[in-house]
Amino acid sequence: MLEALATLLAFQLLGEAAAHLSGWPIPGPVLGMAALFVAWPALPRLHARLHTVADTLLANFGLLFVPAGVGVMLHAGLIALWWAPLLVGVVASTAVTMALAAWLFSRLRGATPRD
Amino acid sequence: MTDAVAPAGAVRALWVYLGASPLLWLLLTVGVYAVALRLQRALQGSPWANPVLLSVATLVAVLAATGTPYATYFDGAQFVHFLLGTATVALAVPLRRQWAEVKAALAPAAITLIAGNVAGALVAMGIVRLWGAPRELIASIAPRGVTAPVAMAVAERVGGLPSLTAVLVIASGILGATMATPLLNVLHVRDWAARGLAVGMAAHGIGTARAFQVHPVAGTFAGVAMAVSTLLTSALVPWLVPLFT
Repeated sequence: MLEALATLLAFQLLGEAAAHLSGWPIPGPVLGMAALFVAWPALPRLHARLHTVADTLLANFGLLFVPAGVGVMLHAGLIALWWAPLLVGVVASTAVTMALAAWLFSRLRGATPRD
Repeated sequence: MTDAVAPAGAVRALWVYLGASPLLWLLLTVGVYAVALRLQRALQGSPWANPVLLSVATLVAVLAATGTPYATYFDGAQFVHFLLGTATVALAVPLRRQWAEVKAALAPAAITLIAGNVAGALVAMGIVRLWGAPRELIASIAPRGVTAPVAMAVAERVGGLPSLTAVLVIASGILGATMATPLLNVLHVRDWAARGLAVGMAAHGIGTARAFQVHPVAGTFAGVAMAVSTLLTSALVPWLVPLFT
């Protein structure tokens, strides 16, 4: 459990360092995730423990973004002014993404509709 | 706070002491979320009873009612907040677990995921831009399609407001999970893999949870779409935002 947690933190640190040194606008933890994905076959001894720790963390994923979400109170004025474009933007982009993805993927797989 | 209660002075003194300590706000963050999660289970996992949305609304109300500044609250809540980055790294683990299934449909999935992520970001940014909103709002809505911690990290990097992004991400998840079944039925998409991919991509974790309720194949593909979109959006959006700001 501790080895797995230390592994996650090590890849997070690696990602932060890579983001900082490269100057890419990609978040450090995402680079850390990509690095862990690539390094996975090299860490067979840790797989079982990484599954346990990752499942525990991800099962409570929602909790982790509550503190930042509460920060929305700092932007109450902006939201009161611009709620309409934000709402339309969220609804339209969610619908467009979903419709395009479903249509394109079934096309590309040459799939006859299956149930 | 009123002075109507008799021992108000003592309560107030205790409040001043506890209200300034990180422990109280850490406990409230975890406690309110636990109650919100129970409430959602009691409502059969309804996407409208999203525990994150309920927790944020409750905590904002508590902070407003007690006149507590966000900075004081965050002194306690930062211990939870820190784990966001670590949990993001941990997303590699479920992606590895489902890798065999992804590889089998790799090319069509990759093209669909790139097209969908780019289209979603362009539509969102385009609407907000045409409406004349300031640039930090354009940057805040751009990554709204991916899971919150990553979207927030992207927003931070491109000059958006991460906490506003978190709210927009949750709204996308709830709307996407709710509109998926009617929208995809109207479009006559019957392939469960395609339906799952579309929902996981448009509505991240909340959509994936919904897809698993509907069909196991849809759920698996939704999970894969969520994980890959996380990588794609964080790689692509930072280059797209400057086109709109």
